[in-house]
Amino acid sequence: MAQLFAYILHKDGELDDSAMELLAAAKKIDAGANPTAIVAGAPDGLDDVCNKAAAGYSEVWKVASDALAYPDAEITRKILVNILPADGIVLLSHEHFAMDLAPGLSVKLDSAFAADVVDIEGADGDTLKLVRQAYGGAVSAHVDCDASAGAVLTLRPGVFAAEDVSAGGTVVDKSGEAGDTATARKFIEIVEAEAGDVDITKSEVLVSVGRGVEDEDNIEVAFDLAKAMGADVSCSRPIVDAKWMAKARQVGTSGQTVKPKVYLACGISGSFQHMGGIKGNPFIVAINKNAKAPIFQVADVGIVADILEFLPDLTEKIEEA
Amino acid sequence: MEILVCVKRVPDTSENEIELNSAGNDIERDDLVYSVNEWDNYAVEEALQIVDKAGGSVTVVTVGDDESEEVLRREMAMGADKGILLSDDAFEGADGRGIATILKAAVDQGSYDLILTGAQADDGAAQVGGMLAAMLDVPYASLVNKIDVNGDKITVGREIEGGNQEMHEIALPCVLSIQTGINEPRYVGIRGIRKVASVEIPTLGAGDLGLDAGAVAAKVKRLDYFLPDMGEGAEMLEGDTDEIIEKLIEMLKAKGGLK
Ligand SMILES: Cc1cc2nc3c(=O)[nH]c(=O)nc-3n(C[C@H](O)[C@H](O)[C@H](O)COP(=O)(O)OP(=O)(O)OC[C@H]3O[C@@H](n4cnc5c(N)ncnc54)[C@H](O)[C@@H]3O)c2cc1C
Repeated sequence: MAQLFAYILHKDGELDDSAMELLAAAKKIDAGANPTAIVAGAPDGLDDVCNKAAAGYSEVWKVASDALAYPDAEITRKILVNILPADGIVLLSHEHFAMDLAPGLSVKLDSAFAADVVDIEGADGDTLKLVRQAYGGAVSAHVDCDASAGAVLTLRPGVFAAEDVSAGGTVVDKSGEAGDTATARKFIEIVEAEAGDVDITKSEVLVSVGRGVEDEDNIEVAFDLAKAMGADVSCSRPIVDAKWMAKARQVGTSGQTVKPKVYLACGISGSFQHMGGIKGNPFIVAINKNAKAPIFQVADVGIVADILEFLPDLTEKIEEA
Repeated sequence: MEILVCVKRVPDTSENEIELNSAGNDIERDDLVYSVNEWDNYAVEEALQIVDKAGGSVTVVTVGDDESEEVLRREMAMGADKGILLSDDAFEGADGRGIATILKAAVDQGSYDLILTGAQADDGAAQVGGMLAAMLDVPYASLVNKIDVNGDKITVGREIEGGNQEMHEIALPCVLSIQTGINEPRYVGIRGIRKVASVEIPTLGAGDLGLDAGAVAAKVKRLDYFLPDMGEGAEMLEGDTDEIIEKLIEMLKAKGGLK
């Protein structure tokens, strides 16, 4: 089996939750694998991050570069091409950084690429047996990935359960092999999201609407229900894309992370990007007119109904009570 | 500014419930309604807005079968000047890498300053744009939700976590993958479609593009579609609406969902 690598995300000196998930995923490819963690970043504080990674990984490659004061994917790709062996299997967490970095990396390494992998059934020789999803999670697919000339895989965050490990690994300094870091794309700055009129991250009860609401004029049914319940209104991404609600109300990986006690998902299909913004294990009620909507797999309680009829009925009953 | 936008014809998940077929190895394809990948409409709209300001033209391209022509026409009805269909039996079963290889061959036959793709399509892989950029050896930015053109440079915003935006300056040419919400794609009516109904759309095959089957041979192969066993799932509330609401209100009270 080829050498396995895990690209470690870190911020403010802390490992991302995905860091040890990648380790768990590597073990699903090969139970006996000792994957190598790659920790790249600006020199300041990087040793500390490497040591944290070494708690789980038996070997950690440290790549310190002033060019990585901000974790830029274009620069990181150049560095990885220089330090990785051609036939390695590289694991990354499937989020915005890997979406920027990984497809191009697979081309530069001339290796196979599989994105947003949700399960790994093992390896058959050089063939990786993977599971992906399609159509917003409505169906899954078994996928064969020919890793004979290496592979780059991005793994869905949160699905590979990190285990407690104590590897006491060693850190190898690869900074000298990083090579030229000049790129034609230059990072300027981060522009922070504007705060909205409500802070849904503090809400205990959320009535959340998705594309199932169909029309801007129908948004009212959610606000009416929320008022009756004493809840706040949040939404899925298409509602913000359509400019029906402010970005500050969007729940999900590219929106807010909420921690309510109760979450009513109304006309929301249950994409992983949406569910990724719901933390703290709330009581989730899903109302959807499609009995097969993926949200019913993750909700606690499900109701098959048209929200445009059901929500006003529910509002009325709560107001009566 | 010459802009190429890569688009894809996909089953429309807002028009269909995607389900398994009776054999349980593929999705049910009878009666599927297809449309343009959601993200691609935003990419085409953005290209049109850039050309409105900076001049130039917009070409839309897709890899697919004859039926994919309809999505090119739809994007031309939005205002794209030209469509190119890349179609060949040899392209069937291509993986993301193969699609990017085919698109690269088409890009090489033109002269584009900017190439846009949707951030992702129906398989959620978000891969073709980044691969294409790497093959062309030009800069790439994914999940772009803002573009400002200033001469031969552009400033782009990438959407990252929490609704924050990562700003970059990029020298042209480059490839960008476009995220939903960057603009409000214009509406296309029947009249718009009719107007472009008879416009000639050139079709290029493997030979025209100088590709052989080996160039697009897939390393990543989908074997089936299936429904995984997801365990229990939600407790479904059944009965008439009044009963359901009564049960739900009780549960909400118990969980602190009512004030
Ligand atoms: C990089 C990236 C980041 C993303 N970040 C986010 C994010 O932060 N948050 C987010 O939400 N999404 C995000 N997305 C988008 C995500 O992939 C999904 O497209 C989105 O969550 C779908 O929203 P939805 O469930 O409202 O719409 P759909 O998936 O279209 O679902 C609508 C649902 O409503 C149901 N429905 C329709 N009409 C009715 C009715 N009358 N009554 C009841 N039910 C009805 C349908 O059966 C369907 O299940 C992101 C995508 C990408 C690529």
